Amino acid sequence: MTEVNLTVKERMSIPRHEMPLQNPVVRAHNFSEVALGYDLETAMAEAERCLQCKNTPCIQGCPVQVPINRFIMALRAGDLAKAAQIIKEKNNLPAVSGRVCPQESQCESRCTLGLKGRAVAIGRLERFVADWDLQHSQDQIEKAPATGKRVAVIGSGPAGLTCAADLARQGHSVEVFEALHEPGGVLIYGIPEFRLPKEIVRKEVAYVERLGVKVHLDCVAGKLYTVDELLHEQGFDAVFMGTGAGLPVFMNIPGINAIGVYSANEFLTRINLMKGFRFPEYDTPVHVGKFIAVVGAGNVAMDAARCALRMCGLHQDGKGSQKPEVHVVYRRSREEVPARAEEVEHAEDEGVQFDFLTNPVEILVNVSNVVTGMRCVRMQLGEPDASGRRSPVEIPGSEFVLPVDTVIMALGTRANPLTSEAAPAVERSPRGNILVDASNGRTDEPGVWAGGDVVTGAATVISAMGAGKRAAADIDAWLREKDKDNSRLPLAV
Amino acid sequence: MFKIIEKQSLTPNTDLMIIDAPEIARKAAPGQFVILRKDETCERIPLTIADFDREQGTVTVIFQKVGKSTRELGELKSGDVIRNFVGPLGKPSTIKMYGGRVILVAGGVGIAPVYPIARALKDAGNYVYVIMGARSADLIFWEDKMNAVCDELILCTDDGSRGRKCVVTEPLTELLEAPWITGHVWAIGPAIMMKFCCKTVEPFDAPIDVSLDSIMVDGTGMCGACRVEVDGQMRFACVDGPEFDGSKVNWDVVLARKKVFSQEEQEAMQVWNREHQSE
Ligand SMILES: Cc1cc2nc3c(=O)[nH]c(=O)nc-3n(C[C@H](O)[C@H](O)[C@H](O)COP(=O)(O)OP(=O)(O)OC[C@H]3O[C@@H](n4cnc5c(N)ncnc54)[C@H](O)[C@@H]3O)c2cc1C
Ligand SMILES: Cc1cc2nc3c(=O)[nH]c(=O)nc-3n(C[C@H](O)[C@H](O)[C@H](O)COP(=O)(O)OP(=O)(O)OC[C@H]3O[C@@H](n4cnc5c(N)ncnc54)[C@H](O)[C@@H]3O)c2cc1C
Ligand code: SF4
Ligand code: SF4
Ligand code: FES
Ligand SMILES: [Mg+2]
Repeated sequence: MTEVNLTVKERMSIPRHEMPLQNPVVRAHNFSEVALGYDLETAMAEAERCLQCKNTPCIQGCPVQVPINRFIMALRAGDLAKAAQIIKEKNNLPAVSGRVCPQESQCESRCTLGLKGRAVAIGRLERFVADWDLQHSQDQIEKAPATGKRVAVIGSGPAGLTCAADLARQGHSVEVFEALHEPGGVLIYGIPEFRLPKEIVRKEVAYVERLGVKVHLDCVAGKLYTVDELLHEQGFDAVFMGTGAGLPVFMNIPGINAIGVYSANEFLTRINLMKGFRFPEYDTPVHVGKFIAVVGAGNVAMDAARCALRMCGLHQDGKGSQKPEVHVVYRRSREEVPARAEEVEHAEDEGVQFDFLTNPVEILVNVSNVVTGMRCVRMQLGEPDASGRRSPVEIPGSEFVLPVDTVIMALGTRANPLTSEAAPAVERSPRGNILVDASNGRTDEPGVWAGGDVVTGAATVISAMGAGKRAAADIDAWLREKDKDNSRLPLAV
Repeated sequence: MFKIIEKQSLTPNTDLMIIDAPEIARKAAPGQFVILRKDETCERIPLTIADFDREQGTVTVIFQKVGKSTRELGELKSGDVIRNFVGPLGKPSTIKMYGGRVILVAGGVGIAPVYPIARALKDAGNYVYVIMGARSADLIFWEDKMNAVCDELILCTDDGSRGRKCVVTEPLTELLEAPWITGHVWAIGPAIMMKFCCKTVEPFDAPIDVSLDSIMVDGTGMCGACRVEVDGQMRFACVDGPEFDGSKVNWDVVLARKKVFSQEEQEAMQVWNREHQSE
């Protein structure tokens, strides 16, 4: 590699490198990945922008403290294997986080180079290095000597997988128990293929398995086994619960049970986990009409809207009938949209329409209970409330009917309901979330840890991974402490 | 992978499979169900646990071949394997000594889920009536097995080809009118049958449970596909049920939601038929 020695000024004058994207007109009809990724040349050029700040503010913005400056330096030096190794010191699933992290509000938000459009494209570089690594690495797996301790991890989402991988590296024997038939949690059933190819998730899971983690699929905690049984009958020394926030919330309005109303979870699971977009080759059906309303404006809503658009596209090809419409219906204004700006932009480019300050009040049905429309009311933002947010209030007499035939509710989720059956003694909030010591993930029951969405409610992939890591560190320390007198346990490396 | 220990054909349209699944057998209870997937392209098919044997480590399911996925499942033979088999899901039936006799109405393939409930109720000391109904004689199965776990078995068919020629609500009414307290009633079968059983029971003030087989995907409370309305509240059949107080079920919702994908189901069936004709 050629040695480049740029001045700070020169580095700062390089513009941020754009991410190449699939053409919006084409991609609205397929499930292939939208963001195509940097090539080596672009990645190297982007890496040159980093100032290698001494105080590394970027790292403070990362929930798992990826050594950003060091991996970028290794990349700049052309040592991709080393760059990957540095990222993996802190992040077990970088090809995932590099794609779905809300970087603009995390690592990149703290970058010295400045905010939007200026910061080093840390996430894109992380993705580039991770993808290179998945293709090239013969990862030498470094593990501490076996401790003879057994840990059970419930749920194979990012929290569970991260916790499992870290504990396996410390030499513990780890088994993951997952309810569904594929590991990955929301990464597999929720986030669509065009944003996070399932092949990537499978490779990341395979990496965790190579660390020695055993993954048991089709194992529902609370039904097939309880936390108590894992600890007291099956001989596990500790249990980590990462069961996620999987209970969909529905609006309490007339027509909510009509034919044509889905939760975003159902709609996305049918498409992603069950591959409904390849019906009838795959058996699971997904019914989409020609006018789809997605209620809510978070990341989940964007995913549902973009999937709906693609499903219409798949069915519409060559038929030439009515052009399908997908609307995001949101009761607040554009400024309050919780989804990532990039996702909103992508959705708009693909043709999703946004109805802001609009709230559904009734889903209209025909005699067969099939959706024929959605009665909505226009909203305006009122005075700021106690939280400082301007809450929307109805504009009297503004009701109108949106002529929809499909409604997708994307209003958030609550803790998975089987969590309480799995661990009845563990203390939970009234909403069902497990209560833990946030610094280490301990629950009030000895030997039981929890982390990720089941604790925080719906959050982010990387915060779930962070929780998994903190719990793993504490479980490791606890297991070693417990056995202090008993010299059986070799020290961690 | 789960091995099919035994496969039988019970009626022209109903098959039985005994699956090697020791862990599920260990935990299974009457009223619960499993979800299975034959292979990678198969959907997740919920089926009630018709029987289980903890010693042999087996779980028995009985299914009607109504569409593409169940027909394809029916092509498997003893010794074959199925890819996924998960359970036991749902809440178990409430088994206890009820004051008075209990009546279980089993319609069509509902014979399967009723069997383990009847057996457990009898074991718990109840006097158990089972009313078994089907369209015709050739659709009735497990008559001997059922006889062995209940005190009185009443058979009826729509065409009179076996047992009495009547619908199940007729003997149900007679039993309810007889001077003996009814501790509890179960009705399990086609939704419309369960609805009419609930109507029949209403004036007698006997508690009735029904098992709602709404369309499911995950079976763990994650998707809400299985939602039903009970006592004006939204409930998820996979985790809150599948059994609910029949007197509080909104049957319009149950009946309508079964048809959510009928268009796609027909399409899948047509494709399957075409492929199977050309073979
Ligand atoms: C559609 C969608 C899009 C999203 N987009 C983004 C994004 O772009 N960026 C981002 O950072 N975050 C995003 N999120 C949020 C993010 O995916 C979650 O915060 C994260 O996955 C939480 O991880 P987790 O490990 O806590 O739980 P999950 O990923 O929910 O995993 C929990 C796992 O536990 C299993 N489980 C549940 N109950 C049981 C049981 N009883 N027994 C055994 N297993 C059980 C579940 O099947 C699941 O596999 C999105 C979420 C959704 C739904
Ligand atoms: C808790 C529960 C227990 C059940 N137990 C039994 C049983 O013991 N024996 C039995 O024969 N059947 C049982 N069923 C019904 C069985 O799951 C369906 O008949 C089967 O899934 C149909 O699949 P198919 O592709 O062959 O038919 P399709 O042509 O796809 O559908 C035919 C009809 O079956 C129903 N159905 C379709 N998909 C599902 C689904 N994913 N979940 C539920 N219903 C669906 C719909 O009403 C549909 O109209 C049960 C269902 C539930 C929810
Ligand atoms: S894990 Fe996420 S927040 Fe951390 S450096 Fe990578 S992209 Fe940024
Ligand atoms: S803050 Fe930005 S410029 Fe500074 S080290 Fe981090 S990524 Fe590089
Ligand atoms: S089947 Fe998904 S919540 Fe019941
Ligand atoms: Mg089907």
